Amino acid sequence: MTMTNESVKQALRDLFPDPVPVVDEPASEDAEEKEETRTNGVLERDHAAYGYDIDVQLDPGELLAAVMIVDKAGFFLESITGVDWIKNDQLEAVYDFSRYDFDTCRIVIRTRTPRSTPKIPTISKVYPGAGWHERETHDFFGIKFDGHPHLVPLLLPEDADFHPLLKDFKP
Amino acid sequence: MSGPIHIQPGETFTLNVGPQHPATHGVLRVKMEMDGEYIVKAETVLGYIHRMHELMGENRTYPQVLPNLSRLDYLGALGYTHGHVLVIERAAGIEVPERAEYIRAITVELNRIASHLFWFGAFVMDLGGFTPLMYAIEDREYILDILEAVTGSRLTYCYYRFGGLYNDVDDDFISATRAFIPRMRKQLKKYDALVTGNIIFRKRLDGIGIIPAEMCRKYGATGPVSRGAGIDFDVRKNEPYSVYSEFDFDTPVYHECDSLARYKVRMDEMEQSLRIIEQGLDKLPDGPIMPKKKPKLIKPPKGDYYQAVETARGSFGIRLVSDGSKNAYRFKLRSPTYSNMSLFDEACEGMLIMDALAMMGSLDLVIPEIDR
Repeated sequence: MTMTNESVKQALRDLFPDPVPVVDEPASEDAEEKEETRTNGVLERDHAAYGYDIDVQLDPGELLAAVMIVDKAGFFLESITGVDWIKNDQLEAVYDFSRYDFDTCRIVIRTRTPRSTPKIPTISKVYPGAGWHERETHDFFGIKFDGHPHLVPLLLPEDADFHPLLKDFKP
Repeated sequence: MSGPIHIQPGETFTLNVGPQHPATHGVLRVKMEMDGEYIVKAETVLGYIHRMHELMGENRTYPQVLPNLSRLDYLGALGYTHGHVLVIERAAGIEVPERAEYIRAITVELNRIASHLFWFGAFVMDLGGFTPLMYAIEDREYILDILEAVTGSRLTYCYYRFGGLYNDVDDDFISATRAFIPRMRKQLKKYDALVTGNIIFRKRLDGIGIIPAEMCRKYGATGPVSRGAGIDFDVRKNEPYSVYSEFDFDTPVYHECDSLARYKVRMDEMEQSLRIIEQGLDKLPDGPIMPKKKPKLIKPPKGDYYQAVETARGSFGIRLVSDGSKNAYRFKLRSPTYSNMSLFDEACEGMLIMDALAMMGSLDLVIPEIDR
């Protein structure tokens, strides 16, 4: 891993003022009704096993600061998508960033928002390419990207009022 | 050969290109605000062939999704199915025999050449030259015949399986592929003499349709689009998967950022693919094409997995979120043309409409792959 990757990691870690040990596993095995629980923070992942190196989870309020760090480090936006964690009553937005000169370094930034009022700030001002990805995520999951200049359906019909990738979607 | 022109506010009109238009090569619509022949503002409208493959990926079992992936990009389908089997193999921890990986690499590269050939023909036809399409289609036909004999289909392949392949290649495949390599090399020289130096062709592309490296980064453009902007990025090199680290090949990079640079990148890539095929055939090991131990039911452990592959159009990625059951919890497809096309609205501002359409051709669009 190059020096830049180390400094990006450090900058992302600095976003979390009082570091708590990052927990990845469910607290107990019998916690059936809840899915995965994980505290905010920076995790290092094995690229061979997962396909990415750095896994960051944060609150929507810190998203823009994290995205600006990866932008400054020269990462390109690979994709944005969502995951519906219906058992936790949460929607997750997942951002993938990668490097053109990377030494196997892909950064995943995730943030969760309540399912009833899904709202996440837009990053389209930092990465204009996020415009389409956010519109698509809004189509499929109904996540509102605050400050998006043109949040209308992209892939779904222009009058679509449904979100097909929500787990309780009935066609 | 002028650069973008800044337009004074004046009278404009709206022009709809598509959704049914020969230049868009599919059902793509671009709403353009025009000042005479110049584009003031463009808005791409998608979704005319949206089929929600991501939801199908969630409500079918893993093997049932296999055929879906080749319906994304019907010109270079094998690259996409390759990404799919790789992410499942990564998640479920399935070992792939070496012979299967070599055959995958050979067939993916054959498919890449077929895809680039079709693009070459269609692109030159967009610019008004009809003959090269005939040559390109003839050469592509050889590849389709070779692939049809082993995979059973001509476009929408479903050849790879989790852990290996559907069937082994035979001697006919080897000899036909070996015979194809020198033929294709000769043809590439012919194309170069026929098209690349053509003055009309160059006047439409040289210095026109500038997509700079910084724009590529902000929009996430990959593949020949970013390599035409001087970015040395190829997933096969930067994040080696399958057996690509065993091959000796170059990444063609041009720094001009114009439509001609993207044309040159693809033409050079065909030669590099031929080199990979040649080495693959030389090194092709004997052995099984499916692993001895393979789970009957594919149930990857809980987790979030990502796999990127270099398809003919750029970096294709699959994010698989598994909840440990026989269906995917989330099946995200990151298609390269989606990102490549998203920069079109910004890049074409102030351009002449025919230059913008030439630039659109140089992006190598396959609409079902954008819409998924």
